[in-house]
Amino acid sequence: MKKEKLFGFINIKKKEKEEKKPKPNKNPNSQTKSESEREGMSSRGGKLSSSSSELDLDGPNIEDYLPSGSSINEPRGKLRLRDLLDISPTLTEAAGAIVDDSFTRCFKSNPPEPWNWNVYLFPLWCFGVAVRYLILFPARVVVLTIGWIIFLSSFIPVHFLLKGHDKLRKKMERVLVELMCSFFVASWTGVVKYHGPRPSIRPKQVFVANHTSMIDFIILEQMTAFAVIMQKHPGWVGLLQSTILESVGCIWFNRSEAKDREIVAKKLRDHVQGVDNNPLLIFPEGTCINNQYSVMFKKGAFELGCTVCPIAIKYNKIFVDAFWNSRKQSFTMHLLQLMTSWAVVCDVWYLEPQNLRPGETPIEFAERVRDIISVRAGLKKVPWDGYLKYSRPSPKHRERKQQSFAESVLLRLEEK
Amino acid sequence: MGNASSMLTQYDIEEVQDYCHNLFSQQEIVSLYQRFCQLDRNAKGFISADEFLSVPEFAMNPLSQRLLKMVDGLNFKDFVAFLSAFTAKASVEQKIQLIFKVYDSDGNGKVSFNDILEVLRDLSGSFISDDQREQVLTQLLKEAGYSRDSYLMLDDFIKVFGSSGLKMEVEVPVD
Repeated sequence: MKKEKLFGFINIKKKEKEEKKPKPNKNPNSQTKSESEREGMSSRGGKLSSSSSELDLDGPNIEDYLPSGSSINEPRGKLRLRDLLDISPTLTEAAGAIVDDSFTRCFKSNPPEPWNWNVYLFPLWCFGVAVRYLILFPARVVVLTIGWIIFLSSFIPVHFLLKGHDKLRKKMERVLVELMCSFFVASWTGVVKYHGPRPSIRPKQVFVANHTSMIDFIILEQMTAFAVIMQKHPGWVGLLQSTILESVGCIWFNRSEAKDREIVAKKLRDHVQGVDNNPLLIFPEGTCINNQYSVMFKKGAFELGCTVCPIAIKYNKIFVDAFWNSRKQSFTMHLLQLMTSWAVVCDVWYLEPQNLRPGETPIEFAERVRDIISVRAGLKKVPWDGYLKYSRPSPKHRERKQQSFAESVLLRLEEK
Repeated sequence: MGNASSMLTQYDIEEVQDYCHNLFSQQEIVSLYQRFCQLDRNAKGFISADEFLSVPEFAMNPLSQRLLKMVDGLNFKDFVAFLSAFTAKASVEQKIQLIFKVYDSDGNGKVSFNDILEVLRDLSGSFISDDQREQVLTQLLKEAGYSRDSYLMLDDFIKVFGSSGLKMEVEVPVD
């Protein structure tokens, strides 16, 4: 019980506060400033919307889910000096955040617990390491190399020789990309169980999934050649992105470019309208999360006017922790780690397609789909924007706290 | 104990426990150490201001800048000592002392009218005017027997807070 209060783990239904007034969302002051301050809670791919109802619901109110006691608590009659000087609620919140916070928990990779701690287990573990590094790893490298050779020797001719016959070319490239992804999955001894009806190629639909690592994309691509929207990476990944993945219709974005969002939003819209394009796969969290939590979904995928098909992915941690902690390792290291583990075991659920309900805003729609995916994959939901990994929270949140403090002071002043 | 190796020995734990006057249990100290290492990304032995600010809940707090001055660059022992004021076992005096230190940003042992005003400004932002803040504070000081020019010491704070308990507690998760 106390822990819940401290970390504020959430249900979508709002927790009720004891004595506080509901947060004044519809404050004229904050509305005019909100355009520029949407950084922390803004969505990728969403234009800065103009309807006032959208402005209010930037996202579910973080303050409703966080423990709070800030402001001068219960109105206890006349305001005294002690009440003004008592900053303990605010300090408690800050100390609570220092001691533990639900955002950092999303990115905690779980190192495998050492079990090799005695006389007979240790040699067994050493043996295991030897098998993994000296037998499995080279075998997998060979498999992967063969895969690359087959792929490149088929892809390059197809790409250049069939320039004129676009439909046939696209079909073959799709098959080849799916094949290449299967080789990748084989190189980690991937055991993937797919549940549910396979994605069909229809117009006006997008697929959304929770994001743990870039291998999510490979695992899904193995089954269906999706066009995915991804962050443009440097290095060999970037090279692959601009050459091969381009052919499947992938869209790139750059987190650090501010103007990028509108351009990307347009590309998304154009893509879903096209009949021949591969189905679009979006990871609305915007960043890799550790497969135990889910952060808020960006609404960009949910306001394209299409059916949204949720996909839930859950990795079995016993075999390997598939979370790609991009702060700790490069993708190459991550792949190598996977290739020297026993297996990558995961479940993929293709869930029932959802549509925007009448009267539902895109943000509510996004939360509803997040709920569906989180329940299926056993993820705890946290009310944070994944991009807070890269930037500071918007000053708007601090201002909300300041406002509620100011209001209680003024309210109590009037009491005589 | 200055450098953050990832293992704490029993001696280390006892040293830290001693340093914070037994306000934390040994398990809590181990948990805090894990947290410290999690925040201190490159194992420098202290947590930088930037790393504190990467915790969104902390960055959103109106007093974060003031607290940063107090916690920036602390090694693990001092980190625990700082947090010990937030335990249930800590005395009310210790808690008031922490509050006093937050107000007394220049550390000269006295809290002036302006010091209090600045904290109020952090807490209420642009939602109360400067004039109004001054007015309220002057009035309340007068009612409590002080004037605009008085300097409040720790004893004054203790007197003002009086005997009505102070609730300032944080629970350290122990898995």
